[in-house]
Amino acid sequence: MARVVVDVMLKPEILDPQGQAVANALPRLGVNDVSSVRIGRRIEIEFVGEPDLDRAREIADKLLANPVIEDFAIHVVDDAAAEVV
Amino acid sequence: MRIGVVTFPGSLDDGDAARAARIAGADVVRLWHGDPDLHGVDAVVLPGGFSYGDALRCGAIARFAPVMETIIDAARGGLPVLGICNGFQILCEAHLLPGALTRNQHLHFRNRDQFLRVESTGTAWTNSFTAGQEILIPVKNGEGCYVADERTLDQLEAEGRVVARYIRGNPNGSQRDIAAITNEAGNVVGIMPHPEHAVEALTGPSLDGLGFFTSVLRALAGASAGANAGGHQS
Repeated sequence: MARVVVDVMLKPEILDPQGQAVANALPRLGVNDVSSVRIGRRIEIEFVGEPDLDRAREIADKLLANPVIEDFAIHVVDDAAAEVV
Repeated sequence: MRIGVVTFPGSLDDGDAARAARIAGADVVRLWHGDPDLHGVDAVVLPGGFSYGDALRCGAIARFAPVMETIIDAARGGLPVLGICNGFQILCEAHLLPGALTRNQHLHFRNRDQFLRVESTGTAWTNSFTAGQEILIPVKNGEGCYVADERTLDQLEAEGRVVARYIRGNPNGSQRDIAAITNEAGNVVGIMPHPEHAVEALTGPSLDGLGFFTSVLRALAGASAGANAGGHQS
């Protein structure tokens, strides 16, 4: 069965204090070559039948992302292919 | 005058909001998120709390509650609506107000008594204040950082739609110290701090919060007097 994956990210101009907190913690792990961390959200949708990208886009636009502060990207993942990865 | 207070799953301050409206002199009607009927109320308060556990984004799920579909239509028709804290977040998610409320910039939950300056007294919820009046009411939020694009912020300022600003310290990083805004018509107001917690000497830092509730009663009385003068039955 195929799933639709929606990736939601804060728009580049919106400050991401969570990402900054993570970036600021990295030197404690000995990581000193990271200049920026931004945190988003991955949402997986399974339709009863075939994956419907248009419907997924509508769901993402209306509910999953807030277009005022967030962008989203949609793609289909084939579970069989995903297992290989 | 009948003020409706909505309860969503996860609302916390619906009881205090109802009490504040009662103290101001309103008849309070408790509204339920799953019931689209507004039961003839003259104004609505969306209270603070964590509706639907803040799942996805604060207010994102509540915005699609059956009661909200009715409130959104009614608000566009002029019904006074006050969103406090989570209620403000819901109003932004419903696009009744521009912008969004994001994680506090310092990532800490802030809970303290907060001074505000009332910037706009032209709204249904702030007409009892004087322009520039400084008030003290509690603030308590983790995601109260108001953000909008520069064009929207400029427009809010130019149209006098910044209703209140944080003074003597910005608790959450909100752009331009914005604590409360209104829509173009002035009937919908979103405010991050909690006027309903500042209506009695026993529990509040002041009685300043009462002004929001007396304001809407005054606005409604004015509207109803106008309607009667026009020959309509209210």
